[in-house]
Amino acid sequence: MFKWLEKNLPKIVMAPAVGLIGWFVYGFVLWTLYISFTNSKILPKYELWGVGQYVKLWGSRKWLIAVDNLLIFTALFLIFCVVIGIILAIFLDQKIRAEGVLRTIYLYPMALSFIVTGTAWKWILNPTLGIQKMFIDWGFENFTFDWLVNREMAIYTIVIAGVWQSAGFVMALFLAGLRSVEDEIVKAAKIDGANLFTVYWKILLPMMRPVFFTSFVILVHISIKSYDLIVALTQGGPGISTTMPALYMTQTAFHKSQVGLSAASAMMMFMAVAAVIIPYLYSELRRENAR
Amino acid sequence: MFLRWFLYFVLILFALYFIFPLYVMIVTSLKTMEEIRQGTLLTWPSGLNFDSWAVAWGGRGYGAGDTFLKPYFWNSIKMVVPAVFFSTFIGAMTGYVLTKWRFKGDQWVFLFLLFGCFIPFQAILLPMARTLGVLGISNSVIGLVLVHTVYGIPFTTLFFRNYYVSVPTELVKAARIDGAGFFKIFFKILLPISAPIIVVTVIWQFTQIWNDFLFGSTFSFGEAAPIQVALNNMVLSSTSVKEYNVDMASAIIAGVPTLIVYVLAGKYFIRGLTSGAVKG
Repeated sequence: MFKWLEKNLPKIVMAPAVGLIGWFVYGFVLWTLYISFTNSKILPKYELWGVGQYVKLWGSRKWLIAVDNLLIFTALFLIFCVVIGIILAIFLDQKIRAEGVLRTIYLYPMALSFIVTGTAWKWILNPTLGIQKMFIDWGFENFTFDWLVNREMAIYTIVIAGVWQSAGFVMALFLAGLRSVEDEIVKAAKIDGANLFTVYWKILLPMMRPVFFTSFVILVHISIKSYDLIVALTQGGPGISTTMPALYMTQTAFHKSQVGLSAASAMMMFMAVAAVIIPYLYSELRRENAR
Repeated sequence: MFLRWFLYFVLILFALYFIFPLYVMIVTSLKTMEEIRQGTLLTWPSGLNFDSWAVAWGGRGYGAGDTFLKPYFWNSIKMVVPAVFFSTFIGAMTGYVLTKWRFKGDQWVFLFLLFGCFIPFQAILLPMARTLGVLGISNSVIGLVLVHTVYGIPFTTLFFRNYYVSVPTELVKAARIDGAGFFKIFFKILLPISAPIIVVTVIWQFTQIWNDFLFGSTFSFGEAAPIQVALNNMVLSSTSVKEYNVDMASAIIAGVPTLIVYVLAGKYFIRGLTSGAVKG
């Protein structure tokens, strides 16, 4: 008995983690998957109903708006975060004075919650007393900036706040990547007569391919899960114009009590994340095994 | 030379852009509503006026409908401390087994756990809500401790596993030959050299759990809510006059703990971020 215990102690110690994740992650995802094939309303029902919820989901105007917003947000969020992140990383890499202070400033939004920063942005962007008033008081009398309450433009306020929060993080990833490159490579290129621009454009940035890949995966992941920021900034409004999938899911589940439909939307989000993450995990594992 | 000036110009311009919201939050929280209406976002406050901070923290004292952050701040502390402790401990143990007591198929077990870092939590919200109900801990701090502990395990395991992988296995082997057991090896050999990764993990978990809104807003309401949920409710509550100064003071109070940790231990914060940020 004692011998058995001693031999299996490592596995026993690991059992809670495996059990908890097995139940709370895998079990729960399977449960949600199952419920998405039922006609559950307020309470879950367990008779299968087929793909009705998915048909309903993709026929829903609100869901289509949510998906549309997600695509717009993801595209802009990716582009701005990566461009700003790379510019800051390259500039900071030029033996800048007070680099530590600047880095701290660029990255501090990552330490704050989206609710905190969303609250701040909501105040800054509000048309009556915020940035619009600032410009009018400065003498630009016809300046208008009402994106936050404008159906067409509100989604871009979420982009502004999202980029502000996450660009510094991309900077950190690229700075770490640039610093890991051997100095010799840059020196050799300079001896060959390459100027600084060519060194970065032709040599260093192409070497950063894994960092691009990582940033892409992380940013897409953040954008698919965007929830807090929208709640804090627009609550999905004006109207339903800034709804995104994560917000759709919780509203459908907990306000409209359409459990089956919300499970279907959750599974769509799950599949979108899986489509990005599985190739990433696969390539990461291959890299690790190759080492 | 021109290029150097250009570099600094761009870097400082971006620094101002990043600082701008924080600056606006701080000055707005120190103004009266009258000053806010007359000045602009950037106007300096007339004096150090902490009235809005007092209201945000302790309310106005008129009873019903008076929401303020103090009780929710404590809710968050009561939620964060045990959740960080349990998830870090379980992660350390699991990471230790996965690297120093390897067994057949341990790679698959790691992958099995790692996948938990990536799932969108929407896919587990519905069954979690029911489970908490069945256990009788929905809308309680204990329920949130459970939720945050469980969904922290994949990250804590990842951190410790990646750290212990680089610890030479020879040390462990030698200790085993000397007759040291499972726990003795952990406490005598690995734990003493684990300080950096414990700091990284604790900071990461603290920041994630303190800043969480999705779980907090889904599984709690009213008196058991954590601070982020309370902040959001305060800001959204539609009273006749919007008090932006109180809103900003509240936002700062809710953000200050993680901000302090970031300023004091930025290096460890960034290390956690770059290895764990697949979460969102």
